[in-house]
Amino acid sequence: MHNSEEFRIPIGPQHPALKEPEGFSVALKGEKILGVDIRLGYNHRGIEKAAEERSYIQDIYLIERVCGICSHSHSTCFVQTVEEIAGLTVPARALYIRTIIAELERVHSHLLWLGVAGHEIGFDTLLMYSWRDREVVMDILALVTGNRVNYGMNTIGGVRRDISLQQAQEILKAMDILEERTKYYIEVATNETTIIKRLSGVGVLSREDVLLLDAVGPTARASGVKRDVRVDDPYAAYGELTFNVITDDHCDVYGRTVVRVKELLESYKIIRQALKNLPAGPIAIRAPRKIPAGEALGRYEAPRGEDVHYVKSNGTEKPERVKIRAPTLANVQAVKHMLRDRFLADMPIVVAAIDPCFSCTDRMVRLAEQGSDKSKIISWPSLHAYSIEWHKKQGIDFSELNKKLAARLAR
Amino acid sequence: MMNLTKKIITWARIKSPWILHFNTGACNACDIEIIAALTPRYDLERFGVLLKGSPRHADVLVCSGPVTKQIEERLCRIYEQMPEPKFVVAVGACACSGGVNKGCYNVAEGIDKVIPVSAYIPGCPASPKAIIDGVVKLLASLEEKEAKK
Repeated sequence: MHNSEEFRIPIGPQHPALKEPEGFSVALKGEKILGVDIRLGYNHRGIEKAAEERSYIQDIYLIERVCGICSHSHSTCFVQTVEEIAGLTVPARALYIRTIIAELERVHSHLLWLGVAGHEIGFDTLLMYSWRDREVVMDILALVTGNRVNYGMNTIGGVRRDISLQQAQEILKAMDILEERTKYYIEVATNETTIIKRLSGVGVLSREDVLLLDAVGPTARASGVKRDVRVDDPYAAYGELTFNVITDDHCDVYGRTVVRVKELLESYKIIRQALKNLPAGPIAIRAPRKIPAGEALGRYEAPRGEDVHYVKSNGTEKPERVKIRAPTLANVQAVKHMLRDRFLADMPIVVAAIDPCFSCTDRMVRLAEQGSDKSKIISWPSLHAYSIEWHKKQGIDFSELNKKLAARLAR
Repeated sequence: MMNLTKKIITWARIKSPWILHFNTGACNACDIEIIAALTPRYDLERFGVLLKGSPRHADVLVCSGPVTKQIEERLCRIYEQMPEPKFVVAVGACACSGGVNKGCYNVAEGIDKVIPVSAYIPGCPASPKAIIDGVVKLLASLEEKEAKK
């Protein structure tokens, strides 16, 4: 593979362009990217295993800390899944409160992303502007939940804090301020020449590629794929609220920016509706400590895309298995595709454009030799080869299918 | 003359500490709060604190996260690359003691298990106010140390 014209640049795990420790190895020819190897795993903490050793109630707080930016997403997805196994009917007021917090979280996450994206293209003024406005929603989250990040709102069978009339007024006031600011950002994103020229045609991902690589969230919606769990498989109170799924046909980083900024307006709409229709009644029902045996799969539209949780219970107060598939893991394959044959200078913004969250995503494989202390970390290609061999022994051969997929991607 | 140079260096160091942010396996919560502390509402930069990209430019290493086994080696390397005198600030419950990740098979349970720590900022996540308080206290302690010399 190695020839004199190709050289490799390692990026990360500590790099000014990366907010989280990840390793990228970029193969270059001149300024052009030939290929990118992504090394996940620096952030792997072993939360899935830890969840098996803690009770369901403790797990809510552990799983909330899978990711600090979409913490409510993970905890809601987890409690929804557990509630499904236990067959609990959550009070309507609790569902509405979950929805309000979820949308407030989306607002904070998208504003955060807008700032980071501005920073990656050298537009630091946008970073400072949007992070200043983000403080408005952070104040609201602190007011309603008691914490700026990691809200601790969910419990199995409902929520832990109610929204008072006074708090509702405060939220509505903040929505008005943010709506005005968002309209300004839409104007900036759609009229500012620097942004349009820097982002157009960068990180292109066609509609077919989205379907092939299974990208999710704003990354998929910016390529014209109408994919949103809030509409496709409504949870919480989304089934009773009206809002638009924003899509865009630019298929590039510019499209992703427009989708996210316009989604902010939809979030304000959802929050206003939910506050107006907030039903009276209890905010939680009593849940049993021991969850009956069973399994369930939960879906949730996090700010970055579809979040999937699988929980298997065995009738005790601890789950037997918890599996988390965060949206970044679905999108990270698309990044490799977006970067091929592009310039190295586009890399920070293309990686940032999927709004990566590696703390959700990180996983690794460590092989331990039986009867000794030795262990080694196995790399992705060798694990891939091992899985192919293993499946072949079971009589399953994917090689034809893989060839087809590779041929379509190379096109 | 030497004394005066030393005094000027100490003054400059306290008035303008350059920081390097390193995520050692945190959940991002502390990291976004560190960035929030640097942006207009809290504006840590008014104390002369500047975020740098390279360990070779930094006086203070700001760490968040419980130190995963994969990142441990890299953390030591970054610490060794920083010029003397250097200080480490552990931000958040995970960085202080492992926090919610205590007992996980892949974490070292705290920055101080790997490299020496000068200041601990608790909280899950530590709020920007707490981060500013921690940094100011670290700077004040440096001033005291210099005065004793």
